Amino acid sequence: MFGFLLRRAGLVVPTFLGITLLVFSLIHMIPGNAVEALSGEHGMDPARYSRLVHEFGLDQPLYVQYFDYLGKLLKGDLGFSIVTHEPVVREFLTLFPATLELSFCAMLLALIIGLPAGILAALKRNTFLDYSVMGVSLTGYSMPIFWWALLLILLFSVTLGWTPVSGRIDILFDLPPVTGFMLVDSLLSGELGAFRSALSHLILPTIALGTIPLAVIARMTRSAMLEVLREDYVRTARAKGLSRLRVIAIHALRNALIPVVTVIGLQVGTLLAGAILTETIFSWPGIGKWLVEAIHRRDYPVVQGGILLSASIIILVNLSVDVLYGVINPRIRRSS
Amino acid sequence: MSTPPHPLRELWDDFSRNRGAVTGLVIVCGLVLLALFADVIAPHSAIEQYRDATLMPPAWQEGGNSRFLLGTDPVGRDVLSRLIHGSRLSLLIGTVAVSLSLGLGIALGLLAGFFRGITEIAIMRLMDIMLALPSLLLAVAVVAILGPGLINAMYAISIVLLPHYARLTRAAVIGEMAKDYVSASRIAGAGTLRLMFNCVLPNCAAPLIVQATLGFSAAILDAAALGFLGLGAQPPTPEWGSMLASALEFIQSAWWVVTFPGLAILISVLAFNLMGDGLRDALDPKLKQ
Repeated sequence: MFGFLLRRAGLVVPTFLGITLLVFSLIHMIPGNAVEALSGEHGMDPARYSRLVHEFGLDQPLYVQYFDYLGKLLKGDLGFSIVTHEPVVREFLTLFPATLELSFCAMLLALIIGLPAGILAALKRNTFLDYSVMGVSLTGYSMPIFWWALLLILLFSVTLGWTPVSGRIDILFDLPPVTGFMLVDSLLSGELGAFRSALSHLILPTIALGTIPLAVIARMTRSAMLEVLREDYVRTARAKGLSRLRVIAIHALRNALIPVVTVIGLQVGTLLAGAILTETIFSWPGIGKWLVEAIHRRDYPVVQGGILLSASIIILVNLSVDVLYGVINPRIRRSS
Repeated sequence: MSTPPHPLRELWDDFSRNRGAVTGLVIVCGLVLLALFADVIAPHSAIEQYRDATLMPPAWQEGGNSRFLLGTDPVGRDVLSRLIHGSRLSLLIGTVAVSLSLGLGIALGLLAGFFRGITEIAIMRLMDIMLALPSLLLAVAVVAILGPGLINAMYAISIVLLPHYARLTRAAVIGEMAKDYVSASRIAGAGTLRLMFNCVLPNCAAPLIVQATLGFSAAILDAAALGFLGLGAQPPTPEWGSMLASALEFIQSAWWVVTFPGLAILISVLAFNLMGDGLRDALDPKLKQ
């Protein structure tokens, strides 16, 4: 088991180094001057310019600059935002809980609806129910989620007035950030109104962000379930007199879930990408919105750090899914 | 004795049995026609501003005018005409992005599949790194480097699509190279290029065609997303995503400026997805259920 862990972790290292290389070269690939891009200052006098060149290490050979960059990374130093002059890592850590909370809720929604829908569609194969589930899921899969979010706002916020349009909580509530998760913080504050407000702010972004994972999970569950239901052991289980429910819930589902777990892991990337759009629309103060704003403001240290950190999270999640997979399924552990 | 049907005939028979796929194909053909004849079909210019008719609702609503079937936008441009002209951009982005990434992806995949060892490792590692980033994040990163704009958005999307084609090609090449007919051609003296393009590539075309069709939908969706974020096509270009972005502040007062561009994106993406699914089922008998 330990060897398996080590092998899998070893595979991640080159990918991670590749992404650091990509992010490092970003600053040299953008049109214009690296000093101006990193400092955010334009038209500075030659003395300051040469001082900054030295400060940023831009007078060093590229490979030295790269190793310096890696060295700083290892110390957790990702530079400072040009706009706020805050350390990039600190900004990221402040905003990340918001994205995490939203992504978690979106994934929960996708699982709660997607899994049963996929199972039902497989059991009622080629019926109206199956076609509806598949049709809706294909539509969800093709949905431009930024438009979907707008439609939700149009219906639930503008027309019906049920939910707020943007933000994480009503400005009336000024909660001290304890965990960074608004639902938890508002509960801790003991004010029921705050919790209700946080919850109502969360609903629409959750639906918008959860739609694509939901569609993918429903499709995947259906096809995995269909595959398993054809297996001999399912027929055997039925033949020896076990109830249909028992066979489906215990024999079939457990094996059908194996490919679904992989897909769930892959959806984390989709969630982070979707967060860029969803957060921009709902003014959700997370890393997606932060990244887009940084690009518009040409805040390159933030762009670099944001891309690197999001990519690292995705790599780590995929690694954990891989490992988890090996834990569930010993065959994979041995064959790799 | 009856002769077996022509392979293309067989493909069409399989494809046309799938109602969704045929619907997708019809919509795609319609889109292509719209894009080709946009100048003739569109009732107005895409950028002309009718200052006396700003934010006019669709024709069937109270206050609507049959001159502007789907209403006008905040500066008085005809929404329907902009949508029709927008189909040109979406198909153009799809075509350019898919061709670029397909060409480059096939080349890289062939290289990796034919010259194993360090070439393969280098290429496939790079592809893995690109796949580790979610498509929109990678596209955003590329646009951050190149700067916002329609052309740069196309490059960004090509880069995003690239690894899929490279991986497919490489896998197909490796599978195909192990077969006897390839060894036979090699022994008969066929050179590497001939093996690549005459033996191997035609036999791994099927998955590439399917992936290319699905690539179209991904390209249209990502281009619209970039346009929406202000990182793709810039106004006054009638690109569907950027149309949505500029209509954002009127969401409370004018539902039509927000609804129709999104619907256009959804329908086109759905059509390509339906067609791609149908093609996959028709081309790959193993996947038929």
